[in-house]
Amino acid sequence: MTATWLIARRELSAYLRTMGGYVVAAAVLFVNGILFNAFALGADHSRLSTEVLSQFFYLCSGTIMTASVFLSMRLLAEERQMGTMVLLASSPVRERDIVLGKFLSALLFLSLMTVAGVFMPLLILVNGKLSVGHVLAGYLGLFLLGSASLAIGILASALARTQLLAAIISGGMVVGMIPLFPLGSLTERPLSEVLFSLGIWHKHFPPFQAGIIHLRDVVYYLAVTYFALFLSMRVLEARRWR
Amino acid sequence: MIEVDKLSKYYGERAAIRDLSFSIAKGEVVGFLGLNGAGKTTTLRILGCLLLPTSGSVRLDGLEVTHHPYEIRRRIGFLPDVPPLYPEMTVGAYLAFAARLRQVPSRDTAERVAEAEDKTALRDMHNEIIGELSHGYRQRVGLAQAIVHKPAVLILDEPSAGLDPAQIVEMRNLLHGLRGEHTVLLSSHFLSEISQTCDRLLIIHNGQLVGQGSESELASSMGQGGNNMEAEIGGQSPELAANLETRLLEISAVRQAKMGATADGTTVFDIVASADVRAEVARLLVGAGCDLLRLERGESRLESIFMNLTQRPPGGAQ
Repeated sequence: MTATWLIARRELSAYLRTMGGYVVAAAVLFVNGILFNAFALGADHSRLSTEVLSQFFYLCSGTIMTASVFLSMRLLAEERQMGTMVLLASSPVRERDIVLGKFLSALLFLSLMTVAGVFMPLLILVNGKLSVGHVLAGYLGLFLLGSASLAIGILASALARTQLLAAIISGGMVVGMIPLFPLGSLTERPLSEVLFSLGIWHKHFPPFQAGIIHLRDVVYYLAVTYFALFLSMRVLEARRWR
Repeated sequence: MIEVDKLSKYYGERAAIRDLSFSIAKGEVVGFLGLNGAGKTTTLRILGCLLLPTSGSVRLDGLEVTHHPYEIRRRIGFLPDVPPLYPEMTVGAYLAFAARLRQVPSRDTAERVAEAEDKTALRDMHNEIIGELSHGYRQRVGLAQAIVHKPAVLILDEPSAGLDPAQIVEMRNLLHGLRGEHTVLLSSHFLSEISQTCDRLLIIHNGQLVGQGSESELASSMGQGGNNMEAEIGGQSPELAANLETRLLEISAVRQAKMGATADGTTVFDIVASADVRAEVARLLVGAGCDLLRLERGESRLESIFMNLTQRPPGGAQ
């Protein structure tokens, strides 16, 4: 655990010391702000508070998936590109420590970035009411969606040789998991049920958006996170054979 | 300390190293010599637990790399050909991170970092950002991260790569300073560095060990001394100098003596000998009334050993 935390701390300080992290954070906040103003509030500003909040989480879910791709692409691919992976690989740390450390740092940064946009739902208070439960459920959903997307991104970063390739692969995987739901409606049971449940967004995110927490959705996102991180560790282990 | 037995590593069909066997005793400084692509880096990466061998065994302190990589990594310091540096970190923070990764307790970290900085002459650079350092300093930071946890074994892949001549001398002095504290295995393209730094040499060619031993052991095992030398004399008429050529050949170990002239009018003898006969040559030339201006080995012994071993066909390995 010490090694995990060491790696996570170094990685987090790298986000804070280099432009990359700030650029992603600024871009996300900027886009969220514009989308909130243009779409969530509605054209005539006559929407219900819950409707605005739901729209806000809906829009954020898109930006958070995109941000995850950009934050995670460098995590392992950059280490390999720069040759710094050797420092970790020749030290007494396990692949688990490397993958978890990287994941935790990115998740923490993503969470900080998301929380920094909390002023937007708070703005609803100016003209409406806010349900704390709805806000917390929405943020939990964003956190879980971000965690799953980041884990997929880390897997891509472990597989790819370069950061660009990592971004393309993780973008492909995350985006590829979105249309599984609509694809499900074209097939018959039981395949349709499987596809519905595997999609990363349509079935599992909207409840959070509406302020409802289902255990099955929480379990889904945690399972995707676990599975992707587990595969990343295996990929790193396998690299010692080549 | 290190025992390598019938080590092979294949990349697909291609063998990077084949049946490599050698052992290194505690406290030895061993140089690994070979042309590009000979298999040096692959071997060092296996010893550094970065790569798993296809077959054969590598034991470090009695521990097998494939079974106890975690324990072995605590005992080694590894400097790859490109130092693994995070450009955004300061030298001090980076070394502290490396020390903590190698399980140096946090209360000892500052002390270990200071020691490593002292040994690599980085004390003044403690707060500098790594990305802003020159190549020579970066290489030193790379060396410092390899020794910060006081490992029993140091594995250095081309520690002098890309350094200028002054920095190469500095690096050699740094490596000399590490003698006695660690068992060192280093690879290098710089033959002079290897011959001055190492107790013993391992020469690898096409993935196979083609020679090992100290420089003089290698020279004598090959039956050629590499004792070629060059003698420069002044104040002689050409006739007398030609006579000297014959007299030089009378020294039993001298095989060949060729006379030439330099631009400033002095005479130079290129002497090929099977043993070190510098003393005899000097006595003869001075005895003949010449002004002996210079007497030196014309070609580095190591260079000729190396060229000789690596130009044999791969099947002709010893």
